[in-house]
Amino acid sequence: MTVRVAVVVFPGSNCEHDVVESVERLGGRAEVVFHTSAALSGFDAVVLPGGFAHGDYLRPGAIARFSPVMAAVGEFAAAGGPVVGICNGFQVLTEARLLPGALQKNAGLRFVCAPTALRVETSASVLTKGVEPGTVLELPINHFEGNYLADPDTLARLRDEDLVVLRYLDNPNGSADDIAGVRNPEGNVVGLMPHPERATDPLTGGTDGAVLLGALLAAATAGQPVRL
Amino acid sequence: MRHEALVEVRTRAGIADPEGATIEAALPALGFTDVNGVRVGKAIRLSVEAPDEDSARRRIEELCSAMLANPVMEEVSVTFERSPAGAGGSR
Repeated sequence: MTVRVAVVVFPGSNCEHDVVESVERLGGRAEVVFHTSAALSGFDAVVLPGGFAHGDYLRPGAIARFSPVMAAVGEFAAAGGPVVGICNGFQVLTEARLLPGALQKNAGLRFVCAPTALRVETSASVLTKGVEPGTVLELPINHFEGNYLADPDTLARLRDEDLVVLRYLDNPNGSADDIAGVRNPEGNVVGLMPHPERATDPLTGGTDGAVLLGALLAAATAGQPVRL
Repeated sequence: MRHEALVEVRTRAGIADPEGATIEAALPALGFTDVNGVRVGKAIRLSVEAPDEDSARRRIEELCSAMLANPVMEEVSVTFERSPAGAGGSR
């Protein structure tokens, strides 16, 4: 059965069509869901795409967190459904406290837009299920606030409980512990700064993103909570 | 009673403030070698209906934890302006 993916759009999101196109290229069905929607029934996975939700006013993700759809995203996640936040979507998930930590302005105050080498650290997430830890992927990053931080106890927990999903090989933004992506303990909620959806077509910069999005589609068994 | 407040949101001590650091790095070129410790934050003005300043402060603190500040990286201080009891000040 075709996996149905909801791609949530806030005012100011700008990567939703890239996500839709890459999901469909990989054999899934993707549908754009506006942030005022309060229901996500019938979907097998939810993606919060990149952009500048609500203009990034106050802080990235700070206003988006209160959009009606976020209550539905919270319920979807609590029921074990796969939820992935990419870039601004990752910021929204940390603000919504579905993932630990926060994303601060890049060290050096630089907007970074570049292909980046990343190491997969765990296969215990919906985005990396079946991907061998240690696998190196090249994905583009494109952000100003991607500098991951958390208090020392949280960072220790992320390390000890295998909650870091991706690490930068060459830290581009000052992120604590080279963290580029994290998961919740259940592994069904993942946030990452790199853009896998921008690396699914050889014509536009490689296909390493298909490894992650393909894993997501494979993990999103129709209507069932994810088992990892 | 309406309480006018100034909420200052700033990066927690010990957490890098790239914006403040960048401003500070530019100062010597302008001759401000005597200025340091630059930290950049946000100032938010708002008013709250509350019976007294303590309840107004509690309400603002609730708002800060719910939305205005991210406790992972920010801290806040609240100052009342034109406090009716004349007991303003930050805490």
